[in-house]
Amino acid sequence: MDALISQLQRQFRDHTISLYQQGFLDDQFTELKKLQDDGSPDFVAEVLSLFFEDCVKLISNMARALDQTTGAVDFSTVGASVHQLKGSSSSVGAKRVKALCVSFKDFCEAQNFEGCVRCLQQVDIEYKTLKSKLQDLFNLEKQIIQAGGIVPQVDIN
Amino acid sequence: MGRDGGVSCLRRAEMNMMSVGGIESTPAPAPAPAPAPAPAPLDLDEVHVLAVDDSLVDRIVIERLLRITSCKVTAVDSGWRALEFLGLDNDKASAQLDRLKVDLIITDYCMPGMTGYELLKKIKESSNFREVPVVIMSSENVLTRIDRCLEEGAQDFLLKPVKLADVKRLRSHLATKDVKLSNGNKRKLPEDSDSVIITPPSPSLTISTESSPPLTISPDSSDSSSSSSPPLSPVEMFSSSPIDNDEDDDVLTSSPEESPIRRQKMRSPGLD
Repeated sequence: MDALISQLQRQFRDHTISLYQQGFLDDQFTELKKLQDDGSPDFVAEVLSLFFEDCVKLISNMARALDQTTGAVDFSTVGASVHQLKGSSSSVGAKRVKALCVSFKDFCEAQNFEGCVRCLQQVDIEYKTLKSKLQDLFNLEKQIIQAGGIVPQVDIN
Repeated sequence: MGRDGGVSCLRRAEMNMMSVGGIESTPAPAPAPAPAPAPAPLDLDEVHVLAVDDSLVDRIVIERLLRITSCKVTAVDSGWRALEFLGLDNDKASAQLDRLKVDLIITDYCMPGMTGYELLKKIKESSNFREVPVVIMSSENVLTRIDRCLEEGAQDFLLKPVKLADVKRLRSHLATKDVKLSNGNKRKLPEDSDSVIITPPSPSLTISTESSPPLTISPDSSDSSSSSSPPLSPVEMFSSSPIDNDEDDDVLTSSPEESPIRRQKMRSPGLD
């Protein structure tokens, strides 16, 4: 059992480090972890889950606003959703999503349709990628706990 | 955690029913994340924060940040709901509502409908809540925006994403400010009266509005409490100036010779 726990812990550590190194997560995610304790053991997972729901809703809004078949594109509507997504991605430490939103916002302001559509596609891929990677991470956490181990504190630096 | 668009955490009805002022209650244990099933009396020593943000994710995060720093939190999703909660949305002055205890309002700047700046102005225009510190949060570091808010009376301006250190800093400012305000929508301090009651310093207070130490003090410890508190002023009428100077200082430097005089004053008639 100990060997299993060690292995899981190692995987957890490696996975966490790679998420930061590859730019998926930033310092704000670390801040969220500080807010998690025995009283709120799933805080991070819950907030991220809300974030991903937000992504679905906002991306759907953006797609609708960028739909040319309904008439002229209202870039300010798109921009408003992008602004919201930028805010929430920033609050949870979703670094790549946030960076994309910055570019996306610029395209909205420039009323660059192709740029916006491209960003929309990228944002969609990016949040789904993050979601899948974090799911792996949370699963590792669960497995460690179920095996009777402790989830290691990972020092990102 | 609240998932609806309205008020999360403490239910609004409960908040309105809670009366403030003079109620001594034993402090509740550390608040659990889930809302309390039954309305609990507001602990007067606990800081109550009204958080305003249209983003659900941000609301959850700020709520958690505040709770972790021992604040009670009511989170709403718009400036209108904030005004509604404070009873400022119409002119009806409710007797219950002006006993509502809000120690801090923290609001996002960019919100649809009413911005944080507009909310700030409305709060500063109200007689009941203008003394309540308002903190603005924004993801944009725009100097003109910050200046405008500060000019309008904002206590502080936090750059998003908000971190634990930011909230801890706010919290520590609140702890010291609380004690200075003796009225309005604040709790009454024990020595908030004209009678000269000497009570032992309260450990939870961080600034020296505590009254002087008890009567049975030794010469050395008589200067253990710095005090510029009013309770001594009737006594001071009989004193000579050296004592007065001491009372004005935050740090007591009175020499042992003066303490017998003070002790004598404290025993003067009319005190007991």
